[in-house]
Amino acid sequence: MEIAFIIETLIKIVVILLVFSALAGFGTYFERKVLAFMQRRLGPMHVGPYGLLQIAADGIKLFTKEDIVPTNAVGPIFKIAPVITAATAFMAAAAIPFMPEFTLFGYTVHPIVADINIGILYILGVMAVGFYGPLLGSLASSNKFALLSAARAAAVFISYEVVTGLALLAPLMMVGSFSLIDFNNYQSGGIGDWIIWTQPVAFVLFWIAAFAETGRTPFHLIANDHEIIDGFGTEYSGMRWGLFFIGEYANMFFISFVIVLIFLGGFGEGTLLGALGFLAKVAFFFFFFLWTRAAWPDIRPDQLMWLCWKVLMPLAVINVVITGIVMMF
Amino acid sequence: MMSLEQFENRNVSENGYFKVDIEAYPETGWERAKQAFSRAIKGELFVGLWVVLREMFKFEIHTVQYPKEKLPIGPRYRAVHEMQRLWESGTERCIGCGLCEKICISDCIRMDTRIDEQSRKEVSEYTINLGRCIFCGYCAEVCPELAIVHGGRYENTSEQRAHYIGFEDMLTPVDMAIKGQVPEYPGYGAITPHEDERVKTTPLAY
Repeated sequence: MEIAFIIETLIKIVVILLVFSALAGFGTYFERKVLAFMQRRLGPMHVGPYGLLQIAADGIKLFTKEDIVPTNAVGPIFKIAPVITAATAFMAAAAIPFMPEFTLFGYTVHPIVADINIGILYILGVMAVGFYGPLLGSLASSNKFALLSAARAAAVFISYEVVTGLALLAPLMMVGSFSLIDFNNYQSGGIGDWIIWTQPVAFVLFWIAAFAETGRTPFHLIANDHEIIDGFGTEYSGMRWGLFFIGEYANMFFISFVIVLIFLGGFGEGTLLGALGFLAKVAFFFFFFLWTRAAWPDIRPDQLMWLCWKVLMPLAVINVVITGIVMMF
Repeated sequence: MMSLEQFENRNVSENGYFKVDIEAYPETGWERAKQAFSRAIKGELFVGLWVVLREMFKFEIHTVQYPKEKLPIGPRYRAVHEMQRLWESGTERCIGCGLCEKICISDCIRMDTRIDEQSRKEVSEYTINLGRCIFCGYCAEVCPELAIVHGGRYENTSEQRAHYIGFEDMLTPVDMAIKGQVPEYPGYGAITPHEDERVKTTPLAY
């Protein structure tokens, strides 16, 4: 392995880590602003112009707060759990192409850390491992609300992994590759080639499941403030809680990238316009996460299970079967 | 303008109340499935999305950015006391009668008086302990000279209890009084408007 490749990969990893840690911070700012505007409020206004430095204030607060490990908590597990959430969120980013390849000073840059041939499988797997963060954290913190959160997390994540996997199976059959770059190239012919037109059901199912995977509002019951305090985050303080937060927001960004790459044509042929359109589409999906939080109520855990096993999973199976029949003839 | 009449009518059936139209709950599994399907394709979720998006673009913000912006308060609001002066002459209105000190139910007013050079009673010391004051307004009500009144200053945060509150802080600045810049006080403790018209002769029945 040549040294240039290693250096390039390391630089890419550092860039992705820095950019998406910062974006997670800005994500909280955007969320607070968007929610405020939708509720006829102003949101953060006092720290910096239009409250822009609120992120810095929050960061300082998180970093300098006392790190409390409760008396009866299982220390090592309690301490490692937030790291799992944040780390798996960023590990999933390794197989996502964030930009079309471009040339910088005569050097062609591929803005993907590793274009592995099992890309989607890897992303789904690592995101599924991320579920150990909330689960272990809440089981180890010896808190009854965290325990409820753990039960809900286990139910939700395991159920919606099924929907995610089955929904992706149909587009995977069409493209015949796990690599997200192959997905992008499959749809590079323009809007007419987007998989959303041939797989609308899979698109909607994957989108719904994305809300469950990231724990966003209609399916926010893992950490529902009004029922179970902060769920798995109840006993956490300071930067450990912040890591959960960064993991959640990074996941929202990465799942938005994945949705756009798989169903909405990604960056197309890789022109500048395509790259900008790519970012616009990702921004829309991120905005949608915030939008639903302002508009929709949370649903009960039993309703969530009902939706998964009685509606979404059968739909996904039927979708796979129909796709198979259409492809065969 | 809001008025009290609409709240005084306690007969709920006449006030435009109506019962929410609730459909019969589904009994069989087939009915439940039908209900779930019809709700799924009704698009009610998108109504919610549209409503919040519309509000976002309308941008009708109701936030009052408090330390920078303040809501107007009513003229008869009972906040921190003010001591008034007479117009033009600028003399203090307080005659040191001590009624406010007597009537104060939380014992927070303390005053000392003395006879000054012109043989007039003068207030030598006057303090109100705002930590104890419950802002009942008795002092303003009992004052025969309209000297102590309730003002509109409701922000009384301080690092020192001694800042609650000296006579000089409450007293209207004398130069403003001499220039006639202090309007007759309309707030709590002042005479209500058109009081002259309401004055009746004492009925002498015997």
